[in-house]
Amino acid sequence: MRAVIAEDQVLLRDGLVRLLEAHGFEIVAAVDNGPSLLRELVAHKPDVAVADVRLPPSFTDEGIRAAIEARGLVPGLPVLVLSQYVEQLYARELLADGAGGVGYLLKDRVFDTAEFVEAVRRVAGGGTAMDPEVIARLLTRGRAVRPLDRLTPRESEVLALMAEGRSNAAIAARLVVSDGAVAKHTTSIFHKLDLQASDDDNRRVLAVLAYLNG
Amino acid sequence: MKKTIRAVGHGITLFLLSLVQLLCLTLVLVAVCLIPLGVGLYLTPPLIRRHRAFADRARLLAHDWSGVTVSRPYLPEPVYRPGLLGQAERCRFLLADKATHRDLLWGFADPVVGGFFGLMAFALPVYGLEGILMPAIFGAFRDVGFEDWYTIIHVHDGQPEAAWWCVPLGVLLLLLGLWAAPRFVRAHGLWTRSLLGPADAEALARRVNELTRTRAETIDASAAELRRIERDLHDGAQARLVAMGMTLGAVEQLIEKDPDKARLLLAETRATSVKALNELRDLVRGIHPPVLADRGLSDAVRALSLDSGLDVEVSGTLPRLEPPLESAAYFAVSEVLANAAKHSGARRVWIDLRLEDGTLRIGVTDDGVGGASVEAGSGLRGIERRLAAFDGVLALSSPPGGPTIVTLEIPCAR
Repeated sequence: MRAVIAEDQVLLRDGLVRLLEAHGFEIVAAVDNGPSLLRELVAHKPDVAVADVRLPPSFTDEGIRAAIEARGLVPGLPVLVLSQYVEQLYARELLADGAGGVGYLLKDRVFDTAEFVEAVRRVAGGGTAMDPEVIARLLTRGRAVRPLDRLTPRESEVLALMAEGRSNAAIAARLVVSDGAVAKHTTSIFHKLDLQASDDDNRRVLAVLAYLNG
Repeated sequence: MKKTIRAVGHGITLFLLSLVQLLCLTLVLVAVCLIPLGVGLYLTPPLIRRHRAFADRARLLAHDWSGVTVSRPYLPEPVYRPGLLGQAERCRFLLADKATHRDLLWGFADPVVGGFFGLMAFALPVYGLEGILMPAIFGAFRDVGFEDWYTIIHVHDGQPEAAWWCVPLGVLLLLLGLWAAPRFVRAHGLWTRSLLGPADAEALARRVNELTRTRAETIDASAAELRRIERDLHDGAQARLVAMGMTLGAVEQLIEKDPDKARLLLAETRATSVKALNELRDLVRGIHPPVLADRGLSDAVRALSLDSGLDVEVSGTLPRLEPPLESAAYFAVSEVLANAAKHSGARRVWIDLRLEDGTLRIGVTDDGVGGASVEAGSGLRGIERRLAAFDGVLALSSPPGGPTIVTLEIPCAR
């Protein structure tokens, strides 16, 4: 799988390159600023891009802007954005085109190698990888105004994992229950929230995120 | 036309007020003369205040009727000692205030100068009217020997046709009077400002006072902020790093003897590092929110609204402003939102962002129970102080039953 990496801190960039190469990715470009990121993304059309939000020259939200612009030129281009902070505003902007293939994770998620690589693969496959912190904030916020409080605690857990972008199988493994049990929970959640059920994992996630985003 | 007629009415009112005010001025002077007898010490301050109330009314009318804004020039009063001594201090302070001198001077001159403008606005059209009505007046009173000079026209029994000559002149004077009335009222406003507005030196003195106060408050606030950050670092990230160091020391010793235990401790250390990072993140968010740094105030307020438990609607976009100003406005909005969530029982909030005439205006409206006050909630008082450093102000409207509207205004030098 071909990947582009954008990160301005040398140590972290090298670390990401080594990590992804060790897991069978081919790094076609590793850049350290926003404009080159956009250029490489459009030139290589990689299978996945991993980009830091804060990049030179402005050290603001270059990464997000480059990602969104690149996805405008190459629809559905999978991008995983890493950041020291997660902001719902940015998560919303990344998800706005509804095309999937988007990830938004805290930088420290990289520590957990297996999880992180899994997230990169998921994004490369057109799925989503939302940081648990984004989801947690969406859920606490939503509770006041929406029928989320009708969910059982277990269902809330499943909803959170689903919103992060995980498949039924992954949720089952995480919660140590059977696939069938997860399927039952998801059906119940979709029913309670009055959402269109879907077999497609990704479309399901987007529906949930759209719902939570209000 | 309606405006013109109103100006005629305003003119006569201003003239009459100047006479009433003269009475108050006389009382002030009598009170001052009685100071050596002691009685004056107690009479002077309330009478000066009374006179200031007249001056305030003149300022208000100048604003409402003449469109001339006249700001209050008085120095803020200090805290006096109790008893007779304090009373003497009060008299001294009030009588030493340059604004009082100018008030009294205005009191003397206004019946003449202001009265002239006011009376002219009224009398000229009325005189014109008299000319137009002259034939009727003459006819009604000629039997009792009517005789009058209408400007240059002598109307008397031997020259009855002269009454008709007054009509065209009266029309002319009426038109002239109606044209001039709003201008006389405007001149009255300018006259009011010339004595009742702050003199340059006074304005500067007041500005210096204000800046001294807000500077002290700003320094206090930032010192408190630094203490909070220091405490947060000390209790949070720093403590966690110490704990991590100790655990790693233990791991070093255990790694040979008991690798399983060592692995467990390492996992614990990693969890601690995540917690430390989270705390640092929260701390930074409190100092300088990332979206504010990245995108500026509009998007930062939008991000804030997404994180709020309330249903918040944000309208308007702003250009990038000075970073310290953006930051102050951001934290003010954040505090107002937190207040709304905590006290008002509101479900929905509307935030309106606007930059007009070089002034940043932020309106925050909620559908809560109302009844908020700047005094009760120290939160709002804190915002007021923060904004004061930027010459910004906070206005609160919160009747019982709601809605609560908080308006923040900060001038931006752009």
